[in-house]
Amino acid sequence: MSRKVIESSDAVALAVKLCRAQVCPMYPITPSTHIPEKISEYVANGELEAEMIDVESEHSAASAVIGAAATGSRTFTATSSQGLALMFEILPITSGMRLPTVMAVANRALSAPINIWNDHSDSVSARDQGWIQLYAESSQESLDSIIQAYKISENKNVLLPAMVCFDGYSLTHVFEPVDVPSQKEVDAFLPGFKPLHRLDPKKPLTMGPIGFPNSFMFFKQQQQEAMLDSIDVIKKTNAEFKKAFGRSYGDGLLDLYQIDDAEYAVIGMGTLCGTARVAIDKLRQQGKKVGLIKVRCLRPFPEKELQNAIKDLQAAAVIDKHISLGQEGPLFTDIRSAVYCNDISINSYIAGLGGRDITVKHFEKVFADLEAGKQKGEWLF
Amino acid sequence: MAEKKMKINVGAVITLPGSSRNYKTGAWRVFKPKILQDKCTKCYQCWQTCPDAAIRIDEKTGRVSIDYDYCKGCLICVSQCPVKAIEKEVEKK
Amino acid sequence: MALIEIRIHGRGGQGAVTSSQVLAIAAFHSGKQSQAFPNFGVERTGAPVESYVRIDDKPINLRQHVYDPDYVIVLDSSLIDAVDVTNGLQPNGVVIVNTDKRTEQLRKLSGFKVHSINITKIALDVIGKPFVNIAALGAFCKLSGLVSLEALDKAIDELFSARGKVAVAELNKNAANAVFEATE
Repeated sequence: MSRKVIESSDAVALAVKLCRAQVCPMYPITPSTHIPEKISEYVANGELEAEMIDVESEHSAASAVIGAAATGSRTFTATSSQGLALMFEILPITSGMRLPTVMAVANRALSAPINIWNDHSDSVSARDQGWIQLYAESSQESLDSIIQAYKISENKNVLLPAMVCFDGYSLTHVFEPVDVPSQKEVDAFLPGFKPLHRLDPKKPLTMGPIGFPNSFMFFKQQQQEAMLDSIDVIKKTNAEFKKAFGRSYGDGLLDLYQIDDAEYAVIGMGTLCGTARVAIDKLRQQGKKVGLIKVRCLRPFPEKELQNAIKDLQAAAVIDKHISLGQEGPLFTDIRSAVYCNDISINSYIAGLGGRDITVKHFEKVFADLEAGKQKGEWLF
Repeated sequence: MAEKKMKINVGAVITLPGSSRNYKTGAWRVFKPKILQDKCTKCYQCWQTCPDAAIRIDEKTGRVSIDYDYCKGCLICVSQCPVKAIEKEVEKK
Repeated sequence: MALIEIRIHGRGGQGAVTSSQVLAIAAFHSGKQSQAFPNFGVERTGAPVESYVRIDDKPINLRQHVYDPDYVIVLDSSLIDAVDVTNGLQPNGVVIVNTDKRTEQLRKLSGFKVHSINITKIALDVIGKPFVNIAALGAFCKLSGLVSLEALDKAIDELFSARGKVAVAELNKNAANAVFEATE
């Protein structure tokens, strides 16, 4: 292990190298661009023995991932915003074919107006497509989550693709100290990928056939079971990771901060949680009983864990960095549905769209709202 | 309504290659093509155009025959044969 | 120590972002926790850009932009007329300005601890080119006492050697050292 100050995108690229990804079809798009830059550098220097494919679009990148993963290769790609949107057609095919892979999503707003900055509209819009989704708060968590994601994705009870989402600019372009594990440590934690089925001319089989109405629903049910089974695998992987590397992120699904005696909490994903921690430290010094529930895993949704985390709170505020236009914040929808039977007031706040900064002051306002018994959230500008 | 759960492979993978061979489509025929061997010039246009690959060529003699297990009776072979060496007859069922 | 925040003002192409990265690495080599990040806009050569650094003893969780910096570094003095470089600066905040003017002439900056240094001249003397972004950090080391010159040298080596630019690293180290000596 070595500790050094590196860019978060580099931390992701290093994790991909340490995981010995074999095929990386990538199409650069801001703010994910530094990832393919670094990986192509590793491949060119001979530090990573992988096929780096220069594709002509994100749609091709996602398609090439399917082809490579079907042959049993460990695959990786990265994208952002409209790039992920162009991949959309391929997302449910990857998960439906039960092909393990890891994709880094450098979260960026979907146009229009054209915007290169951070919010969660890209990956949250893709939440229903059968991909496991982990959201990282720091450079360290981005690196660690890539390693964990391969282990979760390739688990024989899971066999589902995984997205590691980390905030564009708020994380992708940040330099900060990161513990980089050694190759030996990662090799011990993550053995080579052993697929259940793989394309092999010596042992022919068919992948991607038609599913008639009499069978299609059974496949979807099987996928849903695998998704739900992955909850335990994510927890177990996070615990094993702690044993191997000394770091973990809550129970792997939710990361709780100052919740034990808290009366009020904010709930959110990604880098906004770091700023929330600072606000909570400040308010705690004033004697306020406030805490944070960081949703690290959006899919599968940790419903039971959330019910447990929230049970002693008086009120909570969900901060969404995305709006399901015509409805509300999607994280808020999930959480309200999970705590439907709990006696708790939950408010919805929309914040940080298109790179609008989320500050300590915002959290102070949100906690003041909760304390004052306000029943409705708002858009935080 | 309660249908028994099907046995399905993860990811809809079909692990038995060539399983479509077990699916015989010959029973669909209303008309049956028939090759008149004395007229046939072995141009093999029927072999080329058959959408079901149901025309066989004998490796030794070069003679063509029809695999009635898979021939659906579309009669494309009849219409394209330049020497009218394939004729149709009504399938007896 | 409490959290220290630094805002670097430069013009597109001057290397303000690289400057913040080097400072974060140098602070780390001085045994501190650090964080550097750019405020990305529509970057183009010559346009005003900002980059930020945070330094603390404790791990840094804060992810918001820097609004109330303790230090401001201005790589190009013409920016003083283009942007409000002291916006949010703490009352006892320090401003390091690359300028050929004397501090008294920088009226817009009155009320703050202003250090005017002709970094461009030093860079031209030492490097032979007007590369001021890394050199300016010599002044920060001297004035803050938070980051040692040795740590700065190490950081310059780390960033430039990784890009295969050993000669560039040497010149920048010399320039940073010269700015350190010239800072009062």
